[in-house]
Amino acid sequence: MSKILILAEHANGQLNQATAKCVTCAKAIGGEVHLAIFSNDGQAVAKQAAGLADVSKVLQIDHQDFSHPLAAQIAPELAAQADGYGYVLAPSTMFGKDVLPRAAALLGVNQVSDIMAVNSARSFKRPVYAGNAIVDVTVPADSLVVATVRTASWAAAGEGGSATIEQSAPQSDRPAHTRFVELRTEAGDRPDLQTANIVISGGRALGSAENFEMIYALARKLKAGVGASRAAVDAGYVPNDMQVGQTGKIISPELYFAFGISGAIQHVTGIKDAGTIIAVNKDADAPIFEIADIGLVGDLFQVIPELEQALS
Amino acid sequence: MKVLVFIKRVVDYNVRVKVRPDGSGVDTGGVKMSINPFDEIALEEALQMREAGTADEVVVVSAGGNECQQQLRTGLAMGADRAIQIDTDKTLQPLSAARAFLALIEQQQPGLVLLGKQAIDDDNNQTGQMLAALWGRPQATNAAEIVINGNSALVTREVDAGLEVLDIDLPAVVTTDLRLNTPRFVKLPDIMKAKKKPLDVVALGELTSHDDTNLQIGQWSPPAQRSKGIMVDDVAGLVGELKNRGLL
Ligand SMILES: Cc1cc2nc3c(=O)[nH]c(=O)nc-3n(C[C@H](O)[C@H](O)[C@H](O)COP(=O)(O)OP(=O)(O)OC[C@H]3O[C@@H](n4cnc5c(N)ncnc54)[C@H](O)[C@@H]3O)c2cc1C
Repeated sequence: MSKILILAEHANGQLNQATAKCVTCAKAIGGEVHLAIFSNDGQAVAKQAAGLADVSKVLQIDHQDFSHPLAAQIAPELAAQADGYGYVLAPSTMFGKDVLPRAAALLGVNQVSDIMAVNSARSFKRPVYAGNAIVDVTVPADSLVVATVRTASWAAAGEGGSATIEQSAPQSDRPAHTRFVELRTEAGDRPDLQTANIVISGGRALGSAENFEMIYALARKLKAGVGASRAAVDAGYVPNDMQVGQTGKIISPELYFAFGISGAIQHVTGIKDAGTIIAVNKDADAPIFEIADIGLVGDLFQVIPELEQALS
Repeated sequence: MKVLVFIKRVVDYNVRVKVRPDGSGVDTGGVKMSINPFDEIALEEALQMREAGTADEVVVVSAGGNECQQQLRTGLAMGADRAIQIDTDKTLQPLSAARAFLALIEQQQPGLVLLGKQAIDDDNNQTGQMLAALWGRPQATNAAEIVINGNSALVTREVDAGLEVLDIDLPAVVTTDLRLNTPRFVKLPDIMKAKKKPLDVVALGELTSHDDTNLQIGQWSPPAQRSKGIMVDDVAGLVGELKNRGLL
């Protein structure tokens, strides 16, 4: 049976849910599933990882140089740890997309990006052209499979596992040429955009950062995460980490509200896996209505307050 | 400092590509082709560095058949000093592209290498990271700001949690995100001038004999369509519909 190594993502002592989604993809491939955790102190994360269903071993590699998720530090060590494995997987989050191709090159293979379905142990489906086409990619039997997993396509693995935790020191040399300076986050108390059941997004039509307050207020009422189109981010209404789409976050909430978003393909590709899409736009011909489950032609500056009222 | 910018010829982002009925690929015949938008941002950044005096030469490079000379000429018209075509009729997988780019880097000795974070055709998001790995140099992906400080650079990156700042030694590979800058428009006189700028052609085989193709591309299919939804007249209708479906 082949062995699958998953690069775990974590921050502040918490395992990221994207990792549990990779486990589900690994199960679809079939094999013994191991998780690798790179941290300066990975004990808490390793415990959470060991509790994931279907994970049989957790590699906890602690070193001061892993206190920040730097590709230049992690990739060589991941490549070293990959010895004996048939597969190396990572979530297609910004972290996975940064680290895994660097490891793949060190391992001498191309990466399969964004696995959305598993055809067989060596054949996968992945989206291209902003999701306008899906292509089958096969990795020959003599080649290692290095792949990122499109998290929106997979449910998170459950709990109840009891994997063994193996601690070790790094085997590879780590470079000094890349230094972490700082992470700037606008930490809020809103649910995480990528895991929220409900997401409310606003587009260029909001017109200002102040007006975006309407979206936040509605989100508070519904305990929803908040997203945005690229136009809203570019205009400075909201920070970049709220962008949904081809080059932002690919999300799959049960309920997605798009207020004043036209529905450009680059945006739509980020919400294709949402359960129910609700679109409010004053233009009846806006392309967003082609993919919305429930559409309402109207002015968002009237609709949002009315909706808030109706939900009270 | 010499800056090398790698650009890829792709189907323009405004084109809605369609999968061929026989599943052999997408229809690209007669379709508008452009510089990959992220690479265009990379080139713009290099030009701004030259204008600010941190760069003194901008070289634009593309791998492909003669048709990619069109994008190289556009790059020259934007302001690149010279262009290099890595001539190949093969579709290079990211590791092959990275291997060829590295060979060119060894000849050209740039202080900085810029390329887009992903190409909007294959959406792979691999080449920059692979190039940095093979070169054994720093990488900073998804750049939203680049500040050159002599032999190092401060790069602000777009990450899931917000913005991350890295301090990297040069030379390095930086991949560019959408908010780094807005590329300039090309003016007609610049297009005329670009025709006289040097465009060298080097055969892929002169750079590398290593074939890194390990993925087999099979059948293509259109994405699953979401079924057509309904329209409601007002907020009451919307709330009613959500309640009916048990969503509220
Ligand atoms: C390489 C590339 C990558 C990209 N990646 C992304 C991405 O990841 N995510 C993304 O979102 N975009 C992305 N884009 C941009 C994308 O093409 C669109 O430009 C963007 O999504 C448009 O944002 P918008 O819908 O908010 O703005 P617009 O297209 O300007 O739409 C505004 C909408 O608001 C409606 N409106 C106006 N006033 C009101 C009102 N009072 N009430 C109700 N409706 C109103 C209008 O009818 C219109 O439909 C990318 C583009 C490129 C080239």
